[in-house]
Amino acid sequence: MNTIIYAVLFYLLAVMVVGSAAYVAVSKNIVRCAFALVYTFIGVAGLFVLLSADFIAATQVLVYVGGTLVLILFAVMLSSRISDVKISNRSVQFIPGFVVTCCFAVILIYIAVSGQWPIKDVIEFSPTTAAIGNSLLSRWLLPFEVISILILVGLMGAVVIARHKINSKGDAK
Amino acid sequence: MMPQMTPSLVHFLIVGALLFACGILCVITRRNAVGVLMGVELILNSANINFLAFAHFSSQSLQGGIDGHVFALFCIVLAALECAVALAIVMAIYRNFNKTIDMEELTTLRE
Repeated sequence: MNTIIYAVLFYLLAVMVVGSAAYVAVSKNIVRCAFALVYTFIGVAGLFVLLSADFIAATQVLVYVGGTLVLILFAVMLSSRISDVKISNRSVQFIPGFVVTCCFAVILIYIAVSGQWPIKDVIEFSPTTAAIGNSLLSRWLLPFEVISILILVGLMGAVVIARHKINSKGDAK
Repeated sequence: MMPQMTPSLVHFLIVGALLFACGILCVITRRNAVGVLMGVELILNSANINFLAFAHFSSQSLQGGIDGHVFALFCIVLAALECAVALAIVMAIYRNFNKTIDMEELTTLRE
């Protein structure tokens, strides 16, 4: 891949991801937060493509943008009196939280920069879907099955928790 | 010395770190429960960026980096599941606690 195009794409996507994530973290309006989250997820999917993870990028778009985000928007629209910003999304102790987070980010970036990471000599881009499929059904078969059971149980639990309680007279509470 | 501009492992790790910091800020300052969940999603995404960056760049990644991809896949699946369950809990709280999901007011475990 052309190195300059790769670098330009990386920096564009990085700015998009970090900018929209910062907007999610500081915006006063919860609905705008939810829509900024769309840009974060799509930008992260783009970064996955740059990391030669084509299958994970497609999964990211399908599961996050298609599923998780719709759920979050549902919850936002159903749960709060969103027209009133004061109610919908006040933040608490923003300045101390911001300071602590900045210190934390500085530590993480220091670790990332100063670490002696073992880096490959030749970086190659190859399709991964077939290898992931083989890996899921051989080396990772047991975790794959366990996670499928977990999804079944978790989604049933979510339905049980979220449904309206019916009292003995038969009408919804 | 001029830092290297071509994206390498360190650049992706820095993006992951910044995304993680945004998620932490969101989690610790939000009062809306759904906003806290958004922060958790940001944190899980930053973890995925790190998984895939190490799978792509590290010379010691197992199975040619495919294990990192499988981990990221499991992480995405668990994030979706966590989101579904947590939002169900938020909706139940909203119904049972006098129409509020403000984290400052939810200080009891029952009505």
